[in-house]
Amino acid sequence: MKYVDEFRAPELIGKAGEEIRRLADSKRHYRIMEVCGGHTHAIYRFGLKDLLPENVELIHGPGCPVCVLPMGRIDDGLSLTAKPEFIFAAFGDMMRVPGTHGSPLEYKARGMDVRIVYSPADALKLARLNPKKHVVFFAIGFETTAPSTALTIIRAKSEGLTNFSVFCNHVTIIPAIRAILDSPDMRLDGFVGPGHVSTVIGCRPYEWIAQEEGKPVVVSGFEPLDILQSIVMLLGQLRNGESKVENQYKRVVPWEGNRAALRAMAEVFELRPYFEWRGLGFISQSALKIRSAYGEWDSEQRFTVPGVRVTDPKAAQCGEVLKGVLKPSQCKLFGRECTPEQPVGALMVSSEGSCAAHYNYSQHKPVTIASAAAV
Amino acid sequence: MCLAIPGKIVEMDALNAQLAVVDVVGVRRKVDLGLLAEESVVPGDWVLIHVGFAMSKISETDAADQMQTLMILGESAAAMEEVQGYGLENEVSANEEPGPLS
Ligand code: SF4
Repeated sequence: MKYVDEFRAPELIGKAGEEIRRLADSKRHYRIMEVCGGHTHAIYRFGLKDLLPENVELIHGPGCPVCVLPMGRIDDGLSLTAKPEFIFAAFGDMMRVPGTHGSPLEYKARGMDVRIVYSPADALKLARLNPKKHVVFFAIGFETTAPSTALTIIRAKSEGLTNFSVFCNHVTIIPAIRAILDSPDMRLDGFVGPGHVSTVIGCRPYEWIAQEEGKPVVVSGFEPLDILQSIVMLLGQLRNGESKVENQYKRVVPWEGNRAALRAMAEVFELRPYFEWRGLGFISQSALKIRSAYGEWDSEQRFTVPGVRVTDPKAAQCGEVLKGVLKPSQCKLFGRECTPEQPVGALMVSSEGSCAAHYNYSQHKPVTIASAAAV
Repeated sequence: MCLAIPGKIVEMDALNAQLAVVDVVGVRRKVDLGLLAEESVVPGDWVLIHVGFAMSKISETDAADQMQTLMILGESAAAMEEVQGYGLENEVSANEEPGPLS
């Protein structure tokens, strides 16, 4: 396999841009939401906005799991580090996310046992290697990572390994989309559907958006050509007055999803009655909790956490930005009090957060299609 | 964490049928195959990996495309850091030489 450092089919990228201009009705203004943070990152990185006509606007959605997690959950998870026999394990993405009394990294600096893991399986391995300690895995993510957490819990149970538990923050994408569609200040014409979440859930779960809400959805890959082609497909549907679910990312996403992954999730998780999302508030049945059959591996069922609710700092407008109501640069803290080096909100931490993406690519020129073609 | 990393299955784990060794641009680590239970996975297959678990089987061309996507997104270093960290390698055997990056 050869790794090439250039865009796939650059000549097609130009064509897709032309096609978008042809399909977009100049009398209409289109608002298209890309749900997934990976797409947000790609759109900024490639300067795709510059390729779109002014009346085709991309709205950044809630699909960055680190960004939508309310601070209270971070505080709750970190509260468990107070006991010396506890190891707190989390993905690297979480390490710099601020809690009320600091980020996981700052807790580590204060001497708490905080470890970075790259896989839930490795958090379980930590438990095996440290039988006298209790490992809390701070689980986060949409359906892309939830099956791996589920399978890890199944493995822990079958091994009878009880010095391991999961502080579960997994959320599901569909209720978030529903909440956005229900929000009165939001008008959208269609969705660029998440790529890797759909590897797991498939394309069917989006059908209600097309059928009941009359908005087209195109599940998309992450390359510039993928995203532009998805916009072409959305505009094509809108032009024909259609609304259906299409799969632009067929090379990776099967229509039916990954059944083994869905089975593992169904075995271990049930829906929480409600869960708080930063910016979107409480959304019913939008997050996963561990079933009581696996209660021994659920940090929340085994231990007491304070269950705190923390409001974001007053001037921080993470909520409005997450909902797509404000642009990152319209937050008063953007680029001043809040930077990737000194983040106030989680949207400035994750590379998939729209504030970080906006900050990074307004400082450094995005890799535009033109500059890449010149490489 | 949301990155999908393409890798090639090089061998099945002799002791645990749920694990296989993958090669990601020269770095070899064990990944979990449990979420591909409905498919047969054999050495030579290409998979997309999320947080240490193979999540879908893909073609070699799609694997190349995905690695290219990571590169042009500026995420290939993060992806390699993730792969190198699998199995707590950074933590347990921090002295081990990292694999070649290209
Ligand atoms: S700039 Fe900082 S505080 Fe303002 S919305 Fe973005 S992350 Fe939140």
